[in-house]
Amino acid sequence: MCLAIPARVISIEGDKAQVDFGQGVLKGVNITLVETKVGGYVLVHAGYAIQTVDEKEALETIDLWNEILSTGIE
Amino acid sequence: MRFYQQELNNYDKVDFGMTERLRFRDPELAKKISKKILKMAPPKDELIKFCHVCGTHEWTITHYGLRSLLPSNIEVIAGPGCPVCIVPAAEIDEAVQIAQKGVVITCFGDVLRVPGSQKSLLEAKAEGADVRIVYGVSDAVRLARAEPKKEFVFFAVGFETTAPTTAVEVLKKTPQNFSFLSSHRLIPPAMELLLGVGDLQIDGFLAPGHVSVIIGMKPYELFPRVYRMPTVVAGFEPIDVLMGIYMLLKQNKEKKPRLENEYSRMVKWEGNTKALKVMDKAFKVVGSNWRGIGRLPNSALKLRKELEAFDANEKFGIHVEQGKDILLGCECHLVIIGKIKPDECPMFMKSCTPQKPVGACMVSSEGTCRVWATTSTRSK
Ligand code: SF4
Repeated sequence: MCLAIPARVISIEGDKAQVDFGQGVLKGVNITLVETKVGGYVLVHAGYAIQTVDEKEALETIDLWNEILSTGIE
Repeated sequence: MRFYQQELNNYDKVDFGMTERLRFRDPELAKKISKKILKMAPPKDELIKFCHVCGTHEWTITHYGLRSLLPSNIEVIAGPGCPVCIVPAAEIDEAVQIAQKGVVITCFGDVLRVPGSQKSLLEAKAEGADVRIVYGVSDAVRLARAEPKKEFVFFAVGFETTAPTTAVEVLKKTPQNFSFLSSHRLIPPAMELLLGVGDLQIDGFLAPGHVSVIIGMKPYELFPRVYRMPTVVAGFEPIDVLMGIYMLLKQNKEKKPRLENEYSRMVKWEGNTKALKVMDKAFKVVGSNWRGIGRLPNSALKLRKELEAFDANEKFGIHVEQGKDILLGCECHLVIIGKIKPDECPMFMKSCTPQKPVGACMVSSEGTCRVWATTSTRSK
Protein backbone atom coordinates (compact mmCIF):
# COMPACT_ATOMS: atom_id res chain seq x y z
CA MET A 1 0.00 0.00 0.00
CA CYS A 2 3.04 2.21 0.08
CA LEU A 3 3.06 2.08 -3.69
CA ALA A 4 4.09 5.39 -5.20
CA ILE A 5 4.41 6.26 -8.86
CA PRO A 6 6.55 8.90 -10.57
CA ALA A 7 4.75 11.47 -12.68
CA ARG A 8 5.63 14.66 -14.53
CA VAL A 9 4.28 18.00 -13.38
CA ILE A 10 2.25 19.67 -16.15
CA SER A 11 0.87 22.71 -14.35
CA ILE A 12 0.74 24.15 -10.85
CA GLU A 13 -1.96 26.13 -9.10
CA GLY A 14 -1.41 26.86 -5.42
CA ASP A 15 -0.87 23.59 -3.60
CA LYS A 16 -2.36 21.54 -6.46
CA ALA A 17 -0.67 20.29 -9.59
CA GLN A 18 -1.77 18.44 -12.71
CA VAL A 19 0.62 15.56 -13.25
CA ASP A 20 1.11 13.18 -16.16
CA PHE A 21 1.48 9.50 -15.34
CA GLY A 22 2.40 8.79 -18.94
CA GLN A 23 0.39 8.30 -22.11
CA GLY A 24 -1.92 11.10 -21.18
CA VAL A 25 -3.10 9.71 -17.84
CA LEU A 26 -3.52 13.04 -16.03
CA LYS A 27 -4.37 13.53 -12.40
CA GLY A 28 -4.62 16.37 -9.90
CA VAL A 29 -2.32 15.90 -6.93
CA ASN A 30 -1.52 17.86 -3.80
CA ILE A 31 2.05 19.19 -3.73
CA THR A 32 2.19 20.64 -0.19
CA LEU A 33 4.88 18.15 0.83
CA VAL A 34 7.40 18.90 -1.93
CA GLU A 35 9.14 21.76 -3.74
CA THR A 36 8.64 21.21 -7.42
CA LYS A 37 8.25 23.04 -10.71
CA VAL A 38 6.54 22.50 -14.04
CA GLY A 39 8.43 19.84 -15.99
CA GLY A 40 9.88 18.23 -12.87
CA TYR A 41 9.13 14.69 -11.73
CA VAL A 42 7.39 13.84 -8.47
CA LEU A 43 6.62 10.59 -6.69
CA VAL A 44 2.86 10.31 -6.13
CA HIS A 45 1.19 8.37 -3.33
CA ALA A 46 -2.55 8.46 -2.56
CA GLY A 47 -3.06 11.76 -4.33
CA TYR A 48 -0.03 13.50 -2.83
CA ALA A 49 3.41 14.18 -4.22
CA ILE A 50 5.69 12.83 -1.48
CA GLN A 51 9.09 13.45 -3.08
CA THR A 52 10.75 15.12 -6.01
CA VAL A 53 12.58 12.63 -8.18
CA ASP A 54 16.28 13.10 -8.60
CA GLU A 55 16.58 12.47 -12.34
CA LYS A 56 20.33 12.86 -12.48
CA GLU A 57 20.72 10.39 -9.65
CA ALA A 58 18.36 7.98 -11.42
CA LEU A 59 20.38 8.06 -14.60
CA GLU A 60 23.66 7.71 -12.80
CA THR A 61 22.56 4.85 -10.57
CA ILE A 62 22.45 2.22 -13.29
CA ASP A 63 25.80 3.27 -14.73
CA LEU A 64 27.26 2.97 -11.28
CA TRP A 65 25.83 -0.50 -10.84
CA ASN A 66 27.11 -1.67 -14.18
CA GLU A 67 30.48 -0.46 -13.11
CA ILE A 68 30.35 -2.22 -9.75
CA LEU A 69 29.11 -5.40 -11.36
CA SER A 70 31.78 -5.50 -14.02
CA THR A 71 34.65 -5.11 -11.59
CA GLY A 72 35.96 -8.11 -9.75
CA ILE A 73 35.14 -6.73 -6.30
CA GLU A 74 33.05 -9.09 -4.25
CA MET B 1 -5.80 -1.79 -2.55
CA ARG B 2 -7.99 -1.25 -5.48
CA PHE B 3 -6.72 2.23 -6.23
CA TYR B 4 -3.16 1.11 -5.90
CA GLN B 5 -3.95 -1.58 -8.40
CA GLN B 6 -5.11 1.21 -10.64
CA GLU B 7 -1.82 3.00 -10.15
CA LEU B 8 0.00 -0.26 -10.78
CA ASN B 9 -1.79 -0.61 -14.08
CA ASN B 10 -0.54 2.82 -15.07
CA TYR B 11 2.89 1.99 -13.79
CA ASP B 12 4.16 0.44 -17.00
CA LYS B 13 3.00 3.34 -19.09
CA VAL B 14 5.05 6.03 -17.41
CA ASP B 15 7.71 7.39 -19.65
CA PHE B 16 9.72 8.67 -16.79
CA GLY B 17 12.98 10.45 -17.44
CA MET B 18 13.44 8.82 -20.84
CA THR B 19 13.82 5.09 -20.56
CA GLU B 20 14.61 5.07 -16.88
CA ARG B 21 11.91 2.61 -16.02
CA LEU B 22 12.97 0.11 -18.64
CA ARG B 23 16.54 0.29 -17.49
CA PHE B 24 15.46 -0.73 -14.01
CA ARG B 25 13.85 -3.78 -15.59
CA ASP B 26 16.70 -4.62 -17.94
CA PRO B 27 16.90 -8.44 -18.14
CA GLU B 28 20.59 -8.29 -19.06
CA LEU B 29 21.41 -6.33 -15.95
CA ALA B 30 19.23 -8.69 -13.90
CA LYS B 31 21.22 -11.63 -15.23
CA LYS B 32 24.48 -9.90 -14.37
CA ILE B 33 23.38 -9.28 -10.79
CA SER B 34 22.02 -12.77 -10.29
CA LYS B 35 25.30 -14.22 -11.57
CA LYS B 36 27.15 -12.13 -9.01
CA ILE B 37 24.76 -13.31 -6.32
CA LEU B 38 25.33 -16.95 -7.29
CA LYS B 39 29.08 -16.42 -7.12
CA MET B 40 28.87 -14.85 -3.71
CA ALA B 41 26.42 -17.36 -2.22
CA PRO B 42 27.59 -19.16 0.92
CA PRO B 43 28.28 -22.91 0.90
CA LYS B 44 25.19 -25.06 0.38
CA ASP B 45 24.82 -26.09 4.01
CA GLU B 46 24.64 -22.47 5.14
CA LEU B 47 21.23 -20.80 4.94
CA ILE B 48 20.98 -17.03 4.55
CA LYS B 49 17.71 -15.28 5.25
CA PHE B 50 16.93 -11.69 4.32
CA CYS B 51 13.71 -10.03 5.39
CA HIS B 52 11.78 -7.23 3.73
CA VAL B 53 8.92 -5.40 5.41
CA CYS B 54 6.92 -4.10 2.48
CA GLY B 55 3.96 -5.44 0.54
CA THR B 56 5.25 -3.75 -2.61
CA HIS B 57 8.59 -5.55 -2.28
CA GLU B 58 6.73 -8.83 -1.97
CA TRP B 59 4.76 -7.92 -5.07
CA THR B 60 7.90 -7.22 -7.12
CA ILE B 61 9.65 -10.36 -5.85
CA THR B 62 6.68 -12.61 -6.53
CA HIS B 63 5.48 -10.97 -9.72
CA TYR B 64 8.90 -11.10 -11.41
CA GLY B 65 9.77 -14.51 -9.95
CA LEU B 66 12.93 -13.09 -8.39
CA ARG B 67 13.21 -15.92 -5.87
CA SER B 68 13.90 -18.27 -8.76
CA LEU B 69 16.99 -16.22 -9.62
CA LEU B 70 18.48 -16.83 -6.18
CA PRO B 71 20.41 -19.89 -5.04
CA SER B 72 18.27 -22.18 -2.89
CA ASN B 73 20.11 -21.32 0.30
CA ILE B 74 19.32 -17.60 0.03
CA GLU B 75 15.82 -16.96 1.25
CA VAL B 76 13.87 -13.70 1.17
CA ILE B 77 11.00 -13.61 3.63
CA ALA B 78 8.16 -11.12 4.04
CA GLY B 79 7.77 -9.34 7.37
CA PRO B 80 4.91 -7.08 8.50
CA GLY B 81 4.77 -4.88 5.41
CA CYS B 82 1.07 -4.64 4.82
CA PRO B 83 -0.45 -1.75 6.79
CA VAL B 84 -3.98 -3.03 6.19
CA CYS B 85 -3.17 -6.54 7.46
CA ILE B 86 -1.83 -5.31 10.80
CA VAL B 87 -4.79 -3.06 11.72
CA PRO B 88 -6.15 -4.83 14.80
CA ALA B 89 -9.76 -6.00 14.91
CA ALA B 90 -10.45 -3.50 17.73
CA GLU B 91 -9.85 -0.59 15.33
CA ILE B 92 -12.12 -2.12 12.68
CA ASP B 93 -14.71 -2.52 15.47
CA GLU B 94 -14.36 1.18 16.29
CA ALA B 95 -14.96 2.13 12.66
CA VAL B 96 -17.97 -0.21 12.48
CA GLN B 97 -19.44 1.26 15.68
CA ILE B 98 -18.95 4.81 14.45
CA ALA B 99 -20.58 3.87 11.13
CA GLN B 100 -23.51 2.40 13.01
CA LYS B 101 -24.10 5.83 14.56
CA GLY B 102 -25.00 7.11 11.11
CA VAL B 103 -21.56 8.59 10.40
CA VAL B 104 -20.11 8.18 6.89
CA ILE B 105 -16.87 6.18 7.02
CA THR B 106 -14.42 6.83 4.18
CA CYS B 107 -11.53 4.43 3.67
CA PHE B 108 -9.10 2.86 1.20
CA GLY B 109 -10.64 -0.03 -0.75
CA ASP B 110 -8.69 -2.80 0.95
CA VAL B 111 -9.80 -1.79 4.42
CA LEU B 112 -13.40 -2.61 3.55
CA ARG B 113 -13.12 -6.37 3.89
CA VAL B 114 -10.67 -6.59 6.80
CA PRO B 115 -12.36 -8.69 9.47
CA GLY B 116 -13.38 -7.02 12.73
CA SER B 117 -14.33 -8.98 15.84
CA GLN B 118 -17.89 -9.42 14.63
CA LYS B 119 -17.95 -7.91 11.18
CA SER B 120 -16.04 -6.04 8.53
CA LEU B 121 -16.93 -2.57 7.24
CA LEU B 122 -18.28 -4.26 4.12
CA GLU B 123 -20.70 -6.29 6.22
CA ALA B 124 -21.69 -3.15 8.10
CA LYS B 125 -22.29 -1.50 4.72
CA ALA B 126 -24.48 -4.40 3.63
CA GLU B 127 -26.55 -3.76 6.76
CA GLY B 128 -27.07 -0.15 5.78
CA ALA B 129 -24.03 1.74 7.08
CA ASP B 130 -22.67 4.45 4.79
CA VAL B 131 -19.10 3.34 3.97
CA ARG B 132 -17.34 4.87 0.96
CA ILE B 133 -14.07 4.06 -0.76
CA VAL B 134 -11.71 6.95 -1.47
CA TYR B 135 -8.41 7.28 -3.29
CA GLY B 136 -6.86 9.41 -0.59
CA VAL B 137 -7.71 11.65 2.33
CA SER B 138 -8.26 14.72 0.15
CA ASP B 139 -11.11 12.94 -1.65
CA ALA B 140 -12.69 12.19 1.72
CA VAL B 141 -12.52 15.86 2.70
CA ARG B 142 -14.13 16.81 -0.60
CA LEU B 143 -17.03 14.43 0.08
CA ALA B 144 -17.52 15.99 3.52
CA ARG B 145 -17.57 19.51 2.06
CA ALA B 146 -20.25 18.45 -0.42
CA GLU B 147 -22.53 17.14 2.32
CA PRO B 148 -22.10 19.48 5.29
CA LYS B 149 -25.10 18.08 7.16
CA LYS B 150 -23.52 14.64 7.51
CA GLU B 151 -20.61 13.61 9.74
CA PHE B 152 -17.61 12.09 7.92
CA VAL B 153 -14.72 10.06 9.28
CA PHE B 154 -11.56 9.13 7.36
CA PHE B 155 -10.16 5.78 8.48
CA ALA B 156 -6.48 6.66 8.23
CA VAL B 157 -4.55 3.43 7.63
CA GLY B 158 -0.95 3.28 6.46
CA PHE B 159 2.71 3.49 7.35
CA GLU B 160 4.96 6.56 7.26
CA THR B 161 4.40 6.89 3.51
CA THR B 162 0.74 7.70 4.02
CA ALA B 163 0.74 9.43 7.43
CA PRO B 164 1.98 12.81 6.11
CA THR B 165 -1.03 13.03 3.77
CA THR B 166 -3.34 12.68 6.77
CA ALA B 167 -1.25 15.24 8.65
CA VAL B 168 -1.55 17.83 5.85
CA GLU B 169 -5.34 17.59 5.87
CA VAL B 170 -5.73 17.65 9.63
CA LEU B 171 -3.55 20.76 9.90
CA LYS B 172 -5.51 22.54 7.19
CA LYS B 173 -8.90 23.93 8.01
CA THR B 174 -10.75 20.65 7.80
CA PRO B 175 -14.54 21.03 7.79
CA GLN B 176 -16.34 20.79 11.13
CA ASN B 177 -18.14 17.64 10.02
CA PHE B 178 -14.87 15.79 9.41
CA SER B 179 -12.67 13.73 11.72
CA PHE B 180 -9.96 11.06 11.60
CA LEU B 181 -9.66 7.56 12.95
CA SER B 182 -5.88 7.22 13.00
CA SER B 183 -4.50 3.73 12.49
CA HIS B 184 -1.12 4.87 11.23
CA ARG B 185 1.79 2.63 12.21
CA LEU B 186 5.56 3.02 12.14
CA ILE B 187 7.89 0.51 10.48
CA PRO B 188 11.18 0.64 12.46
CA PRO B 189 9.59 -0.68 15.70
CA ALA B 190 8.20 -3.66 13.77
CA MET B 191 11.66 -4.38 12.35
CA GLU B 192 13.10 -4.27 15.83
CA LEU B 193 10.48 -6.73 17.00
CA LEU B 194 11.44 -9.22 14.27
CA LEU B 195 14.97 -9.30 15.64
CA GLY B 196 13.61 -10.52 18.93
CA VAL B 197 11.63 -13.41 17.43
CA GLY B 198 13.62 -16.42 18.63
CA ASP B 199 14.07 -18.81 15.74
CA LEU B 200 13.54 -16.35 12.88
CA GLN B 201 17.29 -15.65 12.54
CA ILE B 202 17.42 -12.89 9.97
CA ASP B 203 20.71 -12.08 8.24
CA GLY B 204 19.74 -8.71 6.78
CA PHE B 205 16.96 -6.20 6.19
CA LEU B 206 15.73 -4.96 2.85
CA ALA B 207 14.22 -1.72 4.17
CA PRO B 208 11.12 -0.27 2.47
CA GLY B 209 11.86 2.42 -0.11
CA HIS B 210 8.73 4.52 0.11
CA VAL B 211 8.57 4.59 3.89
CA SER B 212 12.19 5.72 3.67
CA VAL B 213 11.32 8.50 1.22
CA ILE B 214 9.61 10.09 4.22
CA ILE B 215 11.70 9.01 7.22
CA GLY B 216 15.11 8.95 5.50
CA MET B 217 17.98 6.69 6.51
CA LYS B 218 18.63 7.73 10.09
CA PRO B 219 15.91 5.63 11.81
CA TYR B 220 17.62 2.46 10.50
CA GLU B 221 21.04 3.31 11.90
CA LEU B 222 20.48 1.21 14.97
CA PHE B 223 20.11 -2.02 13.00
CA PRO B 224 23.74 -2.32 11.87
CA ARG B 225 25.07 -0.49 14.91
CA VAL B 226 23.20 -2.13 17.78
CA TYR B 227 22.10 -5.42 16.20
CA ARG B 228 24.94 -5.86 13.66
CA MET B 229 22.28 -6.36 11.02
CA PRO B 230 23.09 -5.51 7.38
CA THR B 231 20.44 -3.04 6.19
CA VAL B 232 19.79 -1.79 2.65
CA VAL B 233 17.02 0.61 1.67
CA ALA B 234 15.75 -0.59 -1.72
CA GLY B 235 13.35 0.50 -4.44
CA PHE B 236 10.67 -1.50 -6.21
CA GLU B 237 11.81 -2.30 -9.70
CA PRO B 238 13.18 -5.83 -10.15
CA ILE B 239 16.71 -4.46 -10.55
CA ASP B 240 16.33 -2.47 -7.33
CA VAL B 241 15.38 -5.55 -5.34
CA LEU B 242 18.08 -7.76 -6.87
CA MET B 243 20.68 -5.07 -6.31
CA GLY B 244 19.49 -4.70 -2.71
CA ILE B 245 19.93 -8.43 -2.15
CA TYR B 246 23.37 -8.30 -3.72
CA MET B 247 24.38 -5.42 -1.42
CA LEU B 248 23.13 -7.34 1.63
CA LEU B 249 24.99 -10.43 0.59
CA LYS B 250 28.17 -8.45 0.12
CA GLN B 251 27.88 -6.94 3.60
CA ASN B 252 27.21 -10.37 4.97
CA LYS B 253 30.23 -11.89 3.31
CA GLU B 254 32.50 -9.06 4.44
CA LYS B 255 31.04 -9.35 7.92
CA LYS B 256 30.72 -5.57 7.93
CA PRO B 257 27.09 -4.73 8.65
CA ARG B 258 26.24 -1.22 7.55
CA LEU B 259 23.39 0.94 6.32
CA GLU B 260 23.26 1.44 2.55
CA ASN B 261 20.90 3.19 0.17
CA GLU B 262 20.10 1.43 -3.08
CA TYR B 263 17.21 3.82 -3.80
CA SER B 264 19.17 7.06 -3.80
CA ARG B 265 17.13 8.47 -6.67
CA MET B 266 14.20 8.83 -4.25
CA VAL B 267 15.53 8.44 -0.71
CA LYS B 268 17.58 11.19 0.91
CA TRP B 269 19.52 10.72 4.11
CA GLU B 270 17.27 13.19 5.95
CA GLY B 271 14.05 11.94 4.30
CA ASN B 272 11.34 14.43 3.35
CA THR B 273 11.83 17.06 6.04
CA LYS B 274 8.67 18.93 5.08
CA ALA B 275 6.64 15.76 5.55
CA LEU B 276 8.36 14.90 8.81
CA LYS B 277 7.57 18.37 10.14
CA VAL B 278 3.85 18.18 9.41
CA MET B 279 3.71 14.66 10.81
CA ASP B 280 5.31 15.81 14.02
CA LYS B 281 2.96 18.75 14.25
CA ALA B 282 -0.12 16.57 13.84
CA PHE B 283 0.78 13.37 15.66
CA LYS B 284 2.39 12.05 18.78
CA VAL B 285 3.99 8.61 18.84
CA VAL B 286 2.20 6.08 21.07
CA GLY B 287 2.32 2.35 21.81
CA SER B 288 -0.27 0.24 20.02
CA ASN B 289 -1.49 -3.20 19.05
CA TRP B 290 -0.67 -4.78 15.70
CA ARG B 291 -2.81 -7.63 14.43
CA GLY B 292 -0.95 -10.89 14.76
CA ILE B 293 1.91 -9.25 16.60
CA GLY B 294 0.57 -7.70 19.78
CA ARG B 295 1.58 -4.53 21.52
CA LEU B 296 4.58 -2.60 20.23
CA PRO B 297 5.89 0.44 22.10
CA ASN B 298 6.24 3.72 20.15
CA SER B 299 4.74 2.22 17.01
CA ALA B 300 1.65 4.26 16.14
CA LEU B 301 0.55 7.83 15.51
CA LYS B 302 -2.22 9.50 17.47
CA LEU B 303 -3.50 13.02 16.84
CA ARG B 304 -2.05 15.56 19.26
CA LYS B 305 -4.21 16.83 22.10
CA GLU B 306 -4.77 20.23 20.49
CA LEU B 307 -6.28 18.46 17.45
CA GLU B 308 -8.62 16.36 19.56
CA ALA B 309 -11.64 17.97 17.92
CA PHE B 310 -10.70 16.03 14.76
CA ASP B 311 -10.04 12.74 16.56
CA ALA B 312 -12.97 10.45 15.79
CA ASN B 313 -12.36 8.34 18.92
CA GLU B 314 -12.84 11.44 21.07
CA LYS B 315 -15.55 13.02 18.96
CA PHE B 316 -17.81 9.97 19.10
CA GLY B 317 -16.61 8.61 22.45
CA ILE B 318 -15.74 5.20 21.04
CA HIS B 319 -12.77 3.22 22.34
CA VAL B 320 -12.52 -0.54 21.83
CA GLU B 321 -9.73 -2.03 23.92
CA GLN B 322 -9.66 -5.64 22.76
CA GLY B 323 -10.82 -7.36 19.61
CA LYS B 324 -10.66 -10.81 18.10
CA ASP B 325 -7.69 -10.60 15.76
CA ILE B 326 -7.12 -14.09 14.43
CA LEU B 327 -9.83 -16.56 13.48
CA LEU B 328 -9.42 -20.18 14.44
CA GLY B 329 -7.21 -21.97 11.91
CA CYS B 330 -5.88 -18.79 10.26
CA GLU B 331 -2.10 -18.53 10.47
CA CYS B 332 -1.90 -14.81 9.68
CA HIS B 333 0.04 -14.15 12.86
CA LEU B 334 2.82 -16.42 11.56
CA VAL B 335 2.66 -15.14 7.97
CA ILE B 336 2.88 -11.52 9.15
CA ILE B 337 6.20 -12.04 10.91
CA GLY B 338 7.59 -14.20 8.10
CA LYS B 339 7.68 -17.37 10.17
CA ILE B 340 5.70 -19.39 7.65
CA LYS B 341 4.95 -18.93 3.97
CA PRO B 342 1.32 -18.60 2.89
CA ASP B 343 1.18 -22.09 1.41
CA GLU B 344 2.18 -23.54 4.77
CA CYS B 345 -1.20 -22.45 6.13
CA PRO B 346 -3.62 -25.39 5.75
CA MET B 347 -6.37 -23.03 4.62
CA PHE B 348 -4.39 -21.36 1.82
CA MET B 349 -6.37 -21.59 -1.43
CA LYS B 350 -8.66 -24.14 0.17
CA SER B 351 -11.05 -22.43 2.56
CA CYS B 352 -9.19 -19.12 2.21
CA THR B 353 -9.07 -17.53 -1.25
CA PRO B 354 -9.03 -13.97 -2.63
CA GLN B 355 -12.74 -14.37 -3.37
CA LYS B 356 -13.50 -15.61 0.16
CA PRO B 357 -10.67 -14.44 2.38
CA VAL B 358 -10.47 -15.64 5.96
CA GLY B 359 -7.56 -13.63 7.30
CA ALA B 360 -6.43 -10.05 6.76
CA CYS B 361 -3.35 -11.27 4.84
CA MET B 362 -5.64 -12.56 2.09
CA VAL B 363 -7.84 -9.45 2.05
CA SER B 364 -5.39 -6.75 1.15
CA SER B 365 -3.72 -6.75 -2.26
CA GLU B 366 -0.48 -6.16 -0.35
CA GLY B 367 -1.04 -9.04 2.06
CA THR B 368 1.48 -11.85 1.60
CA CYS B 369 -1.23 -14.52 1.18
CA ARG B 370 -3.04 -12.41 -1.39
CA VAL B 371 0.14 -11.65 -3.37
CA TRP B 372 0.96 -15.36 -3.50
CA ALA B 373 -2.59 -16.29 -4.40
CA THR B 374 -2.82 -13.88 -7.33
CA THR B 375 0.57 -14.30 -8.97
CA SER B 376 1.04 -17.15 -11.39
CA THR B 377 4.77 -16.65 -11.93
CA ARG B 378 5.35 -17.25 -8.25
CA SER B 379 8.31 -19.35 -7.29
CA LYS B 380 8.52 -20.33 -3.70
S1 SF4 C 1 -4.13 -18.35 3.87
FE1 SF4 C 1 -5.87 -17.25 4.78
S2 SF4 C 1 -6.24 -18.29 6.69
FE2 SF4 C 1 -4.17 -18.85 6.05
S3 SF4 C 1 -2.82 -17.34 7.01
FE3 SF4 C 1 -3.32 -16.57 5.00
S4 SF4 C 1 -5.09 -15.23 5.37
FE4 SF4 C 1 -4.91 -16.55 7.18
